[in-house]
Amino acid sequence: MRRVRVRVVDQHSVARNVCRLWIEAESPVSWTPGQFFHIRVGEGTEHVLRRPISLCEAADDRRFALVYRVIGAGTRWLADRRPGEPLDVLGPLGKGFPLHSGDRRALLVGGGVGVPPLVQLARELRRQGTAVISVVGFREAADVMLVEELAARGQVRVVTEDGSAGTRGRVTDALTNDVVDGADRFYACGPTPMLRALQERLGRRMPGYVSLEERMGCGIGVCMGCAHLCRTPDGGTAYRRVCTDGPVFPVEEVVFS
Amino acid sequence: MKDADPRSKGKGQELHHDAPVVDLSAEVAGIRLKNPVMPASGCFSYGREMARWYDLSRLGAIVVKGTTLEAMPGNPPPRVAETPAGMLNAIGLQNPGVDRVIAEELPALRPYGVPVIVNVAGSTVEEYVEVARRLAASPDVAALELNISCPNVRCGGMHFGTDPAMAAEVTSAVKAVSRHPVFVKLSPNVTDVVALARAVERAGADGLSMINTLVGMRIDPERRRPVLANGFGGLSGPAVKPVALRMVYEVSQAVRLPVIGMGGIAGGEDAVEFLMAGASAVAVGTANFMNPTACVDIIEELTDWCRRHGVRAVRELIGAAWRAK
Ligand SMILES: Cc1cc2nc3c(=O)[nH]c(=O)nc-3n(C[C@H](O)[C@H](O)[C@H](O)COP(=O)(O)OP(=O)(O)OC[C@H]3O[C@@H](n4cnc5c(N)ncnc54)[C@H](O)[C@@H]3O)c2cc1C
Ligand SMILES: Cc1cc2nc3c(=O)[nH]c(=O)nc-3n(C[C@H](O)[C@H](O)[C@H](O)COP(=O)(O)O)c2cc1C
Ligand code: FES
Repeated sequence: MRRVRVRVVDQHSVARNVCRLWIEAESPVSWTPGQFFHIRVGEGTEHVLRRPISLCEAADDRRFALVYRVIGAGTRWLADRRPGEPLDVLGPLGKGFPLHSGDRRALLVGGGVGVPPLVQLARELRRQGTAVISVVGFREAADVMLVEELAARGQVRVVTEDGSAGTRGRVTDALTNDVVDGADRFYACGPTPMLRALQERLGRRMPGYVSLEERMGCGIGVCMGCAHLCRTPDGGTAYRRVCTDGPVFPVEEVVFS
Repeated sequence: MKDADPRSKGKGQELHHDAPVVDLSAEVAGIRLKNPVMPASGCFSYGREMARWYDLSRLGAIVVKGTTLEAMPGNPPPRVAETPAGMLNAIGLQNPGVDRVIAEELPALRPYGVPVIVNVAGSTVEEYVEVARRLAASPDVAALELNISCPNVRCGGMHFGTDPAMAAEVTSAVKAVSRHPVFVKLSPNVTDVVALARAVERAGADGLSMINTLVGMRIDPERRRPVLANGFGGLSGPAVKPVALRMVYEVSQAVRLPVIGMGGIAGGEDAVEFLMAGASAVAVGTANFMNPTACVDIIEELTDWCRRHGVRAVRELIGAAWRAK
């Protein structure tokens, strides 16, 4: 865990209001898919909280792509960074997606800006010989992104709410038996209603992991700001830290209220 | 992966190896500190995670998370929200309870050889007293800090901090069972902070910590609801610094107790301002979230500031801005 001096290498739009930012670290760092970077935004003390953005692609141990939606002041500032500029970044932080080398097939499910962390995950799964099938959902055609990247590693099904690209509906509608049967495990990242539905639909059929989102303070485990309710081994519940105990949790441990 | 940022190690010394040595030592309520900088409660957990970022033995002291008699689950999320140059938090004192803190957390800090101040919270006088009684038996405690000013737990904490009579009652009750110096952490959510400070001084407090967070809120216009699940939260960070400075300045002149000053400290010069306002030491909270090495960076910046201004000992700065001087 460390603070890394990184430089912006490249930044382009990949979908409506979504940017892909390539950064290069001064020295190599170790990483796993599903981890995140905690990025300082703005000048001076205007923004006291860093912004968490997932690792989307790793070219090697120094060059990483982050894909993010521009939604507020912090991501707007980030979208204005140009090649050569420095960034103050912590990470990669948190616990990423565990890989199980015996798996023959994995099902990846992503919604909106939950899709980015699945890209490097798909690569790592393929590298160990696990077949990958991805189901990704977006609002409409203008939001669709990263399909080529996922398609390079396996089958992809695209779903949009209005049917303007792929099939119409939600990701859960696309989880037909031919997709689900034969999968040894699922991995998911996306909005809470999607994760809750997956816990119900897939949780009993196969083991799985979900990547959670909560508002973060420190990002390094000291403030208890990023709490999410989880089940404890003794049958109770307790708030756990998304930043250090997660963001990825085994699906059966998570409580969606 | 490396554990600590190499730039945070000994930068000052290398740049100024022939510069005069600055005496950073400080003392609060009889506790000697090698420098006046410590993390603020709740912004450092119990230290384990921070130990991965720098050597904790460099700190003047360590102040741990608010600790209660029983484990506290904490509030539902969202618990934090950003505000201009600050943030709101409503953590709800999530902590494992005093017994586990004594058994598991405090011993882990022993190797650093730094005084440990335990922040104590409760919802009744009896609860504060019982936590203090149990901590009195721990060999790992240097002082207690009574959190009578937490805005985030229902019926807990803050009503003690806004009523001088109750603040005095909890202070003297804890003093009666504690063998450690007792700091009382004051709430800024009062009209007369000096009256509170005087009340706890008379009740036997050994020092004051100030300020805790200011109660505030944010509203999400789209949802037409408060942003925090708790509704209200505590405001901290650079936005509160002017309020904190004013309160430290007023209180430190009105009482004889040493003051640990905090509220928006993000750089060495902020620490200098608090010392000049009358604080004997300073605590750093929200700045740890901007930058995990904030505490040790501030120690270096404070040292550099003293060198540049010909200050031989940081103690000289304490109260330098008081009117009477
Ligand atoms: C572990 C993790 C990984 C993430 N990965 C990605 C990613 O790969 N791509 C992507 O587009 N987004 C991702 N997000 C969401 C991203 O952090 C927010 O969209 C971003 O912080 C918004 O910042 P802003 O200043 O533009 O928005 P504002 O709304 O102005 O932000 C105000 C505050 O709210 C926080 N915030 C706002 N929205 C979210 C959110 N959805 N989740 C957490 N905090 C939020 C901000 O961090 C900031 O502290 C991730 C979130 C988490 C927790
Ligand atoms: C996330 C968070 C948690 C906190 N928890 C506690 C706590 O448990 N006990 C306490 O006395 N103060 C707590 N505080 C208040 C700080 O210790 C400090 O008084 C306040 O934040 C002002 O300092 P700052 O502006 O440097 O953060 C907390 C503050 C924050 C931001
Ligand atoms: S964000 Fe501070 S503990 Fe997770």
